[in-house]
Amino acid sequence: MAATRPRAGRVTRSVAVNTLLAVGALVMLVPFVWMVLSSLKGFSEVFAYPPKWLPHPAQWGNYVEAWQAVPFGRAYFNSVYLALVIVAMQLLTCAMAAYAFARLRFRGNNVLFLLFLATMMVPGQLTIIPVFLIMSKIGLYDSHWSIILPHGLFSAFGVFLLRQFIRGIPVELEDAALIDGAGRWRVFWSIVMPLLRAPLAALGVFTFVSQWNNFYGPLILLSSPEKFTVPVLIAQFKGEYITNLPLLMAAASLAVVPVLIIFVVAQRHIINGMTLTGAGK
Amino acid sequence: MGAKAVLAPPQPPPAPTAPPPPRPRRRRSLVHARDGRWAVVFLGPQMVGLVAFVLGPMVFALYLSLTEWGGSGPITFVGLDNFRDMFRDHAFWSSMQNTVWLTVLVVPGQLVSGLLVALALHQTRLKTLFRVIYFMPVVTSSVAVSTIWIWLLNGTFGPVNGILREWFGLNPPDWMGEPRYLVISIALVTVWQGLGFFMVVFLAGLQGIPTAYLEAAEVDGASSFRRFWHVTLPLLSPTLFFLTVMSLIGAFQIFDTVYMMTPQNSYLGDSTRTVVFRIYDLAFARYQFGASAANAVVLFVVLLVLTAGQMLLQRRWVHYEE
Repeated sequence: MAATRPRAGRVTRSVAVNTLLAVGALVMLVPFVWMVLSSLKGFSEVFAYPPKWLPHPAQWGNYVEAWQAVPFGRAYFNSVYLALVIVAMQLLTCAMAAYAFARLRFRGNNVLFLLFLATMMVPGQLTIIPVFLIMSKIGLYDSHWSIILPHGLFSAFGVFLLRQFIRGIPVELEDAALIDGAGRWRVFWSIVMPLLRAPLAALGVFTFVSQWNNFYGPLILLSSPEKFTVPVLIAQFKGEYITNLPLLMAAASLAVVPVLIIFVVAQRHIINGMTLTGAGK
Repeated sequence: MGAKAVLAPPQPPPAPTAPPPPRPRRRRSLVHARDGRWAVVFLGPQMVGLVAFVLGPMVFALYLSLTEWGGSGPITFVGLDNFRDMFRDHAFWSSMQNTVWLTVLVVPGQLVSGLLVALALHQTRLKTLFRVIYFMPVVTSSVAVSTIWIWLLNGTFGPVNGILREWFGLNPPDWMGEPRYLVISIALVTVWQGLGFFMVVFLAGLQGIPTAYLEAAEVDGASSFRRFWHVTLPLLSPTLFFLTVMSLIGAFQIFDTVYMMTPQNSYLGDSTRTVVFRIYDLAFARYQFGASAANAVVLFVVLLVLTAGQMLLQRRWVHYEE
């Protein structure tokens, strides 16, 4: 009896924990399910009383209509293109700067690094006004470069993360190569970069997700609809079709579902990347 | 470990005159001889970014906050007028109040929900499954998320109120139609969307706690609540501290959901126009760049003070393991 009671308690506890988690999981999932179901309903169906959960018949035409109402294909391309270019630039330039801070001896190394860290406190809302004015001045307003350059060329967080990793790598291998006459660039490129694969992947995932969802920058810096990214396009779409619930949800599904599919397939890498960057800070 | 062999110091060419200097020293200088020049190469791109897109704009924004400017034409220097006008303006104080209230709703919401789910996940075998589900909103665009929730929370047709009415027999408020409920809705959506991130970071913290401490407490007969309160929580305090700072800074700067969920030119915005929204509105809808910059400077100072306060307070409650 004494032996079974704790076990029974444990089972009850496990059932309770899993039930609570399942209820929470429903709260996370149902909005997405509802979005997809509503996107397949007819206009009168969504406002029917009593409400119906399942669309009948499924109005796939809503997706065609939403896709054609605004330049969706273009926005998809823009979002992927911007995110990929920014990730590529950031990984390279952050790794380079991180290498300099971790390995090179030059005057002001620590002070400069602290300055990089301090910039993490500067809110984007403060710098975006001048960035907007600068971009207008040099003719890059409403160009994708106005978003690529600030993010591709600067990430204090990326530099910090990669520097921590480089400092964890034993220096002997690099020193040996240097003594054999290899230049710093070769050491960086052929010895250090391959060892940074894991943190680079994590930073890449983190940057991709945040750029994919970036709204504030593109909202301010872009004005032509054919240059819009998916979030800006959705915001515009919402402004025009706020009352057309099925069409609005079709547009939201077009923005959300492909991302969720990619996420579920690559979930381990994406969550690990986001956690690493979160906890590493 | 083959590296060790390669590391054998290179034989210096026989120098008949001077004896070779002590080896470590020589190696150092050899390795670091051109570091200064290499630093320019390696730091170059990020330095350009730092100066052009952070430091330069920061200085420019500080200057702008002391001027009056409509985006074109001459810039008029007005000293501290923008700040004086701002502190006398009811709209500024109202935006501050809205920001603080939204923060008060969001920060505890994110911390408590994230911790509770992490604690539950720590005890289940279905960790992978639940982790994926809870994390889904984190990777979703907040613009799309807001669009969904605007309709989910619709007072008349929304399924949230439908469920509250039909299943629970409640008389729920119009979430999207009244200022005081709209701000709660925005907080709710923010917490819902961020929950997954807080959960995984808490979970990483929980997994870092050595089980020996908990087992020792259990052997000593501590109840599960006491184990949580006296063992888990103190050992988790560095994670909690990190997330509190993140959450606070983030909540002060919520923009996407506010922008999406507040109808334009509506009295509903009275409770949701935050400082960040006002900065955007002044600059990019009214072209009052000087006044907007002044608001941004105040936001910056408030964030600095809040973070510094957190840093000072952490000594009282954050336990770092030796």
